[in-house]
Amino acid sequence: MYDIIHTFKASSVNDVLELLSSNSDAMLVAGGTDVMIRMRERKLRQASLISLLDIPDLKTISLREDGAIVIGAGACFTEISENTIVLEKIPMLAHACRQVGSPQIRNIATIGGNICNGAVSADSVPSLYALDAELELWGKDGSRLVPIRKFHTGPGQTVLQKDRELLTAIIIPLSSYAHHGGCYIKFGQRNAMEISTLGCAVNVSLTGDKKHIEKAAIAFGVAAPVPMRCAKVESLLIGAEINEEMFFTVRENILEGLKPRDSWRASLELRRQLIREMSVRALKQAIINAGGSLQ
Amino acid sequence: MMKIINMVVNGKPAELAVEEGESLTDTLRNRLGLTSVKKGCEVGECGACTVLIDGVAKNSCIYLSVWADGHSILTVEGLRTEDCELHPIQKAFVEEAAIQCGFCTPGLVLTGVELVNSGKKFNREELREQISGHLCRCTGYENILNALERVVGKNS
Ligand SMILES: Cc1cc2nc3c(=O)[nH]c(=O)nc-3n(C[C@H](O)[C@H](O)[C@H](O)COP(=O)(O)OP(=O)(O)OC[C@H]3O[C@@H](n4cnc5c(N)ncnc54)[C@H](O)[C@@H]3O)c2cc1C
Ligand code: FES
Ligand code: FES
Repeated sequence: MYDIIHTFKASSVNDVLELLSSNSDAMLVAGGTDVMIRMRERKLRQASLISLLDIPDLKTISLREDGAIVIGAGACFTEISENTIVLEKIPMLAHACRQVGSPQIRNIATIGGNICNGAVSADSVPSLYALDAELELWGKDGSRLVPIRKFHTGPGQTVLQKDRELLTAIIIPLSSYAHHGGCYIKFGQRNAMEISTLGCAVNVSLTGDKKHIEKAAIAFGVAAPVPMRCAKVESLLIGAEINEEMFFTVRENILEGLKPRDSWRASLELRRQLIREMSVRALKQAIINAGGSLQ
Repeated sequence: MMKIINMVVNGKPAELAVEEGESLTDTLRNRLGLTSVKKGCEVGECGACTVLIDGVAKNSCIYLSVWADGHSILTVEGLRTEDCELHPIQKAFVEEAAIQCGFCTPGLVLTGVELVNSGKKFNREELREQISGHLCRCTGYENILNALERVVGKNS
């Protein structure tokens, strides 16, 4: 038996906001694949849960008129990874979503829960960093847009005001995916049912001749206390010619700004090596996916 | 607190009172006697508790019964036809000796049923991925894959 005092089922976003304001200790639950585990571990007790499972509006995935892709926070990973818009326009995210847990987990775990849980190992997050996704948060006074790169403030900490706000949608602007190629690589001890030891997402656009990088975004999960973009390497890559020297530069500079930890899952030295290796591998694949070649 | 919920379980409407903190595994086992639903890890990792909710495989151990209100649930007990025939997936498990102790079997069979219902065919690698949410400590998976291949394999 879970240590639950009350359960509520919200039927709309407004309903969620009402329930939050009238139940001060209540928390949101979507797929429950993080929340229920915390309850099993007794890290969370005497909970009052507001379920988001029955809000159809939170599940839609659509293409906005300005070309932005809008993913409802309540869409589960199976829905996202099988969605035709996502598969066609941001295949990196579809692939990242398929890396989560197992089919049964992906059938209920939501992208909103993955983001709001704030874990640095969240598999959808590096790709969303590399795609400069924006998060739509709703509160009593309306909505605000927060770039995902400003969302995480510390380990498990985010700018979401948990007692009065919810994440409704993830927005990926046209400029992040048009003429781009992306790649997400997850490193874990085994292929399935494994929390990420390191996750690297790269999103690139190439110049017209496909021989130079126009712009590259490189993002890591589990390479620092919060998900990170690699600003230094990104600036070095602007306009760079695609050749071995360029990949060498990436390898040499990629650790700057990152703070990998030392743990039983992987030693610091292994993590450093993984960061160097995965950044280059993901960049190479992203270049190919953007229509370039490695000569 | 107790709440009244309405589900359709194995094709039949069921109205019952459940605790708000009760998992669907417990409701199915203890209130409805559907003991094909197994309790393994209770944290979403082993798949022994898998049931189909509106046709989709989910881990019932981390799913609250109150969330099942208004939904339809399928367990292995619901696969039996009127003339007591086994489901093609069950037959394949028997034919391929894909069962030893049987603890993982109900969950795997339901994942198999979900795959059949999808109308798609899968190669062995894809099937491996599809059953990655089930732990079997006895068979070594090969016979399970053989069984699934018989029904939903690319060459079946
Ligand atoms: C067996 C197992 C394997 C796993 N494997 C992986 C893996 O490989 N990779 C990975 O990244 N994760 C993994 N996870 C973790 C988990 O499945 C994911 O983080 C999942 O995306 C969480 O989504 P959820 O809908 O289940 O979240 P919930 O548990 O429902 O919620 C998580 C948190 O987010 C909040 N929240 C949820 N939705 C909203 C919203 N719309 N607005 C505001 N707050 C919200 C909740 O209040 C809670 O704090 C695994 C979990 C299990 C049990
Ligand atoms: S008992 Fe539910 S997944 Fe193990
Ligand atoms: S047959 Fe024993 S766990 Fe699978």
